[in-house]
Amino acid sequence: MTPSLVSSPTVPQLFRAFTKIALCGFGGVLAWSRRVIVDEKRWLAPDVFNELLALCQVLPGPNIVNFSVMFGSRSAGLLGALAALFGLIGPPVILMIAAGILYRRYGDLPELKGVLAGLAAAAAGLIIATSIQMAQAMVRARLRPGHLVAVATFVAAGIFRLPLLWVMAVLVPISIAFAWWERP
Amino acid sequence: MNEDSDLYIALLLNFALFSLMAVGGANSAVPEMHRQAVEVHHWISDRKFSELFAIAQAAPGPNVVFVTLLGHYIAGIPGALITTIAMCGPTCAIAYFVARVFDRFKSAPWRVVVQAGLVPVTIGLIAASALIVARAADRDAVTFLITAATFSLTYWTKVSPLVAFGVAAALGLAGLV
Repeated sequence: MTPSLVSSPTVPQLFRAFTKIALCGFGGVLAWSRRVIVDEKRWLAPDVFNELLALCQVLPGPNIVNFSVMFGSRSAGLLGALAALFGLIGPPVILMIAAGILYRRYGDLPELKGVLAGLAAAAAGLIIATSIQMAQAMVRARLRPGHLVAVATFVAAGIFRLPLLWVMAVLVPISIAFAWWERP
Repeated sequence: MNEDSDLYIALLLNFALFSLMAVGGANSAVPEMHRQAVEVHHWISDRKFSELFAIAQAAPGPNVVFVTLLGHYIAGIPGALITTIAMCGPTCAIAYFVARVFDRFKSAPWRVVVQAGLVPVTIGLIAASALIVARAADRDAVTFLITAATFSLTYWTKVSPLVAFGVAAALGLAGLV
C-alpha cells in the first residue's frame, strides 16, 4: 500500500532529487522534474505540480530554476530553496566550466572543427523542432490576435534583431491585453 | 585589473537583464544574448556562439547553463560564475518571495491571463532563437542536412535527440562536416 502523498522532503533529499533531475535531464529537464517529484517521490500531487509550474512560467527567469526555488522553499524554507537550486544547477555548472576549459583549449583544433560544426547543426535542428512543436498547439486554433503577437515577436527579435527589452515592453502588454479580452 | 572588473560588471548587468527576458524558459533570451554578445560587444563570434549553444544543449541539465559556458568563454571561471549568478539570482529571489504568498496567487484570474499572454511571445522568441542558431550553424549542404535530419528525428519520432548529436559529432570526427 502506497500513500498518495508522502511528507515534505528534507533539505538533503531536496538536494539529491534536484541533482538527479539535472543530470538525467538531457534536453528537457521539465519531464524529469515531473517524473521525480510527482511519480517517484510523490512529494506533490499532479495538479499542485501543474499549478506551481504555471506560476513559474509567469515569473521572469528560467522556469525550472524558479520551480526548484519555489518547491524547495515551500518544503523546507530558505535552506530548502538553496538546496534545490544548488542541486539543480551546481553539477551542470561544474560540467559546463569543464567543457568551457576544454573548448577554450581545443575548440580551434582542426580535428574538432568538424565535430563542433556537426553538433551546432544538430542543435539547430533540435530547437527548430521545439519551436514548431510549441507553435503548433497555437496554430491549430482559429486565427487569434496571439498569432500576430507570435509573428511580430519573431520578426522583431529574429529578423530585425531589435533590442529585446523594447520588443517585450511593447508586445507583452499588448499580448496580455488580448488575453484579457479573450478570457473565457 | 580595471579592464577585468569593467568586463565583469558589464556581464553582470547584461545577464541580469537577460534573465528578465527569459519568459517561458532560458532559450527565450537567446536572441538578445546573441545580439549583445556577438553584435554589440563583440565578446564572441557568431560561429562560436552557435557551437557553445550546441554543447550546452548536448549536456545534461537545465538550458540556463548555456550562460555558464558563454560566461566562461568571455571571461574565464569568474565570468562563468558571474553570468550564472546574474541569470539566476534576481529571478530566484522573486520566486522565493512569490512562493511564500503562492496560495494567494494560484487561482487569481490575472495569473491565468498573464500566462496566456506570455505564450505567444515565448513562441516568437524560441522561433527567433532557432533562426539565429540555424543561420550560424548551417553554412553548407552537409550542415544543412544535419539540421534537417535532426529536426525530422526530433519532430516525427520518439528517438532521443542525443542520437542525432552523436551521429553529427561522428560525421564531424570522420572529416565529413
